[in-house]
Amino acid sequence: MSNIKSIVDIPTVNKIARLARLEIPEKNKQNLTNDLNNILEFVAQLNEVDTSSVEPLASVTGHKLPLRNDEVTDGNIEELVLKNAPESSSGFFVVPKVIE
Amino acid sequence: MSDLLNLDLSGAQKALNKKEISSLELTNAYLDAIEKTSSLGAYIDLQKDYALQMAKKSDKKISQGVAGPLEGIPIGVKDMFCTKDIKTTASSKILENFYPTYESTVTQNLWNDGAVMLGKLSCDEFAMGSSNETAAKGNVINPWSKAIPMSPGGSSGGSAAAVAARSALAATGTDTGGSIRQPAAFCGITGLKPTYGRCSRWGIVAFSSSLDQAGPLTRTVSDAAIMLNSMAGYDNKDSTSANLEMPDLTSYLDKSIKGKKIGIPKEYTQDGISEDIVNFYETSIQFLKDSGAEIIPVSLPHTKYALPVYYIIAPAEASSNLARYDGVRYGTRKEAESLDDMYELTRGEGFGDEVQRRIMIGTYVLSSGYYDAYYLKAQKVRRLIKEDFDNTFENVDFLLTPSTPSTAFELGQKQDPLTMYLNDIFTVPASLAGLPGISIPVGLDKAGLPVGIQLIANSFDEPNLISVAHTLEKSANFNVIAQGAAK
Repeated sequence: MSNIKSIVDIPTVNKIARLARLEIPEKNKQNLTNDLNNILEFVAQLNEVDTSSVEPLASVTGHKLPLRNDEVTDGNIEELVLKNAPESSSGFFVVPKVIE
Repeated sequence: MSDLLNLDLSGAQKALNKKEISSLELTNAYLDAIEKTSSLGAYIDLQKDYALQMAKKSDKKISQGVAGPLEGIPIGVKDMFCTKDIKTTASSKILENFYPTYESTVTQNLWNDGAVMLGKLSCDEFAMGSSNETAAKGNVINPWSKAIPMSPGGSSGGSAAAVAARSALAATGTDTGGSIRQPAAFCGITGLKPTYGRCSRWGIVAFSSSLDQAGPLTRTVSDAAIMLNSMAGYDNKDSTSANLEMPDLTSYLDKSIKGKKIGIPKEYTQDGISEDIVNFYETSIQFLKDSGAEIIPVSLPHTKYALPVYYIIAPAEASSNLARYDGVRYGTRKEAESLDDMYELTRGEGFGDEVQRRIMIGTYVLSSGYYDAYYLKAQKVRRLIKEDFDNTFENVDFLLTPSTPSTAFELGQKQDPLTMYLNDIFTVPASLAGLPGISIPVGLDKAGLPVGIQLIANSFDEPNLISVAHTLEKSANFNVIAQGAAK
């Protein structure tokens, strides 16, 4: 396992913000960078734990994901689906133009 | 009026069924109490007309002899539960105008059993916080505050404050890392987080899907048992819902705990815990011993890693869950020329600082090159934490711990995110293992603030958890009412 000691800088914050689709004002970036470094430094103590023979745990339920028959259980609720849309037209969600 | 407010849920249930009071009277008393305590800011959306309408319906059902278990009981709902045609914001600006077209399973279960909805209760934004200060509409004030406004805890701060202030007979909450138990402790009430899978997550605004669990905040253990009886149950709309029958929890209230084994984990008494809490913890151990339980010292060696594991896994799942807020399908939108700019502006302006911080951490630990080092590592240590509990529960029936390292703190006091995170130190481990936990008020510290003690049980052992919690409650006999409560 690689060592999880890493330092976040402003270019990294820009990159992560882009991946997360978050517009972060310039004036907040230094504080955010500091916060992220503090948190990452805190979680780095997990390096002390030997996990070489441990399987990751994603779910505590212990049961298999149930399957259901592939049948339509609802539908024909176009109006409800669009009800909270910031903008809709003729049964569609409207977004800014994406094709040149 | 105060006579009505003095009734706890089980008392009100009896009085309603004997027709000594009507739901309309009771609901009006609570609507009045909400008005009198409105400066606490617990409610962010009051449903007065709807509540009165539901109360009248309940009175009719009672007179027809077809009352449900919660018939006519006025409750508050944390704003994380989607309520059909009633605004649901998760205390976030990004959902400020969201009107769900469906009802969450847990709230539907409550309405089916006759409960009356008073309104929606404030919480930390998307349930991310431990002080209720990240709510878009501002913090809630703890009804135990004297000169200085104190935090009610979080994220279910509005729920805890309303129950303590007697502006709801009971409330729903959600708990991801302590969001029911910590505010319950801070506000001197009972808060129960059930086993992961006990209550359906369907229709609850998602924060961290492998941890989120709904539960009740109530005045007493008996009330918690009544509420969870209605809230719990298998739901095929939640793939992690447990298909297990839960016996009537109220039938376990008076079961003796004689011979039960209570584990005292050495990792939960460390430096930095308030002295008053340590004293009440020791008294609570003695109470259970006096009730015939056997006290056994135990060790859960990976406890100290629970917080770092939590602050990788919860933000990772949150960053993924919150990707849905894109300004297209629901929520607010900030207009821009391009689609990407629209996403970024919408999310940048719609999410508050703590939510953005967690999305950033989550995105970072899931990003290429860091996934193994952080996310996978955290999942591995999560298994070790769960195994600690599994091993310990081979030898004991319950664990007894403090609920929080301190009592309620001043609003605005904890500015640094990490200091805030440390508040969840005693509640997060059981969350990571999916175990049920309950916080019981046992007394007041020297500053006059409530102290909570936590009991943790093995998976799906809520029935016996209710027995031991009720035993501790009776011994502690905590019956002080918050000075900020409605009279």
